Amino acid sequence: MNTTTVNDATGHHDHDHDHAPEGFMRWLTSTNHKDIGSLYLWFSLFMFFFAGALAMLIRAELFQPGLQYFQPGVFNQLTTMHGLIMIFGAIMPALVGFANWQVPLMIGAPDMAFPRLNNWSFWLLPAAGTLLIATFFVPGGAISGGWTMYPPLYMQGGIAYDISILSVHILGISSIMGAINIIVTILNMRAPGMTLMKMPLFVWTWLITAFLLVAVMPVLACAITMLLTDRNFGTHFFDAAGGGDPIMFQHVFWFFGHPEVYIMILPSFGIVSTILPTFARKPLFGYVSMVYAVASIAILSFIVWAHHMFTTGMPLGGQLFFMYATMLISIPTGIKVFNWVATLWRGSITLETPMLFSLAFVILFTLGGFSGLVLALVPVDIQLQDTYYVVAHFHYVLFSGSAMAIMAGVYYWLPKWTGHMYDEKLGKVHFWVTAIAFNITFFPMHFLGLAGMPRRIPDYALQFADFNAIASVGGFLLGASQLLFLYIVIKCARGGAPAGNRPWDGADTLEWTLSSPPPYHSFVTPPLVK
Amino acid sequence: MSVSVNSPMPLRSHRQLLIKLLVVIALAFAFGFAMVPLYDVFCQVTGLNGKTGAKPGSLGIAGISNPLTSSPSSIDSSRTVTVEFIGTVMPGLPWEMTALTSSLDLHPGELHQAKFRVHNLSDKTIVGQAIPSVSPGLAAQHFEKLDCFCFAQQTLAPGETKEMPLTFIVKPELDKDIRTITLAYAFFIVADTKSAAKNLALR
Ligand code: HEM
Ligand SMILES: [Cu+2]
Repeated sequence: MNTTTVNDATGHHDHDHDHAPEGFMRWLTSTNHKDIGSLYLWFSLFMFFFAGALAMLIRAELFQPGLQYFQPGVFNQLTTMHGLIMIFGAIMPALVGFANWQVPLMIGAPDMAFPRLNNWSFWLLPAAGTLLIATFFVPGGAISGGWTMYPPLYMQGGIAYDISILSVHILGISSIMGAINIIVTILNMRAPGMTLMKMPLFVWTWLITAFLLVAVMPVLACAITMLLTDRNFGTHFFDAAGGGDPIMFQHVFWFFGHPEVYIMILPSFGIVSTILPTFARKPLFGYVSMVYAVASIAILSFIVWAHHMFTTGMPLGGQLFFMYATMLISIPTGIKVFNWVATLWRGSITLETPMLFSLAFVILFTLGGFSGLVLALVPVDIQLQDTYYVVAHFHYVLFSGSAMAIMAGVYYWLPKWTGHMYDEKLGKVHFWVTAIAFNITFFPMHFLGLAGMPRRIPDYALQFADFNAIASVGGFLLGASQLLFLYIVIKCARGGAPAGNRPWDGADTLEWTLSSPPPYHSFVTPPLVK
Repeated sequence: MSVSVNSPMPLRSHRQLLIKLLVVIALAFAFGFAMVPLYDVFCQVTGLNGKTGAKPGSLGIAGISNPLTSSPSSIDSSRTVTVEFIGTVMPGLPWEMTALTSSLDLHPGELHQAKFRVHNLSDKTIVGQAIPSVSPGLAAQHFEKLDCFCFAQQTLAPGETKEMPLTFIVKPELDKDIRTITLAYAFFIVADTKSAAKNLALR
């Protein structure tokens, strides 16, 4: 089903010098960075809707107190799979899709460094995604201990647990291959004159993200390999009865997990840092400090992991260290927010859809950063750990952060990718409904968390009923409004007003020097960057 | 920025960079596994994970700390510490465990005894092993068990009920900030831990 829609997206560009196979085989065998970028983006859109549908079921169950539609076990499967698929199936592939499309175009390279590897990194995804979704239908149902896969719960489930480990392994391998490709492309294939400090910020953020991926994906692979051997081959890494320690899993997992959350946000920073200057018609304020801020966020992200584990009985010294280290990250993050605001200052701002999403990103992501800071305070976190406050925090940084930056980027580059303008009016409707519904859904969760409602439960005490009903209504609206997004994207892929080479007059990166859509093989002779 | 026709760029060595990255990936993978011994050493030094002492017990876990190092002579009667007891049974073991002593107020250095009652609900003879855990983790170093049912595997006949004692000292070196210690036992089935647990979860 992916492939037919993909054909509409980019299948009919005029300068096709290629004599590649047609139809499905074209997509299966393609090594072209634009084809593969589109595949990534369509795959992630599909997964976004799948995991989104799970979220609708979660909100339906939580609309009222009491058990309505699902048994607790099934409910736990829904929350677990929603998280796992959104992270590994929707957000990460979308960002890699952006990298595939944009990195070569923005640095003036003809393609990615290893085109065949690129083809593999994508086609592993549908395999892994199918495995993951299939676990809903195996005996015992899908995994249900939370996306963080903590033992000892993870030791006790059925075959779905082993399948999911395999699937996450495949997703990890795909990410590592993609990261290798991106690093080599950026370091080796920039057009003459494009020094590192002249690279667009989006490219910088992806370079740093790719290094994070290379450093922590293998650690995730370790953690789940140990789960696998504990489950099947009699090892006792995490099994207390055999001398292991389940808490150790949390250390290994979060050593991956916290850098992972920055893997999901740094490229989004890059997208927003590209869009804001375009529509403020001013160069990005503080480019150099932006680069250093991203790099220091990435480095710091390795020493804060235990802020997810404050309640595991850490000694005071450990709690203090991880608390201060976590709060330290807000300094480079604050620098970025400051620079974004300074970029807007006295700009000639227009509010096209990508700009609206980017502005909302700056505001709402910052809110998420604040709730993160609140959670970083040990005495507060001991109260709030595993409550809806945490759920509110990470949806502010992941939905109104990563996901809305991705939407901003899609609107921004759709004209380039397809050659057509999207429907601006519908785009604005999509933005406003999304932004409002998002806040209706997730803002009340702060209150729920502060009042003590635990996360990952299908039923709750009566005093939480009102806020949950509000959140559910917002959730349904948020879900429905994404169908509009799908409609707009498909409509734009099919046709629309011609975009011209440079539909945004403030845009100055290399891709806008090409036709829209760009020729199948672009920058065969590299541009000269002055 | 402008676009102009230019000679094809020099192809710097992809392969060299690829090899470097593969080395980084291999190192990261190795580091992930190295975290296991590192963590164990770290915990032995700090007592972070709440295991009482580092001597291998019957299942290869911490059982007893060296009695020679303990000095139950001095009693610190200037302060009182509350010790709470919890007993749980892990999935797959059809037993019931109750802490007969739910909590004790004591002075560090005093010798005390706590009792648990364990009951076999099934019609089979089953062997179990109790695994202790002390929180806060830092108290574990100073929680000394002189005699404990967890030092050995326990066998219960069908329907049998047993009282299981524990003799212990909270050493006076215990950090002054710690006023409550929780000792939690988890009973595991000994034979075939994995499959029993799995079957139960699937049922
Ligand atoms: C200023 C920056 C941030 C700070 C100080 C911060 C702090 C924290 C803390 C302390 C927790 C643990 C809460 C608990 O479980 O009790 C947490 C959870 C979480 N954070 Fe953040 N965070 C920040 C930014 C981000 C970003 C940018 C993302 C992702 C894009 C993110 C994603 C998450 C997720 C997914 C969780 C929940 C994990 C789980 O238990 O399922 N955070 N954050
Ligand atoms: Cu974190």
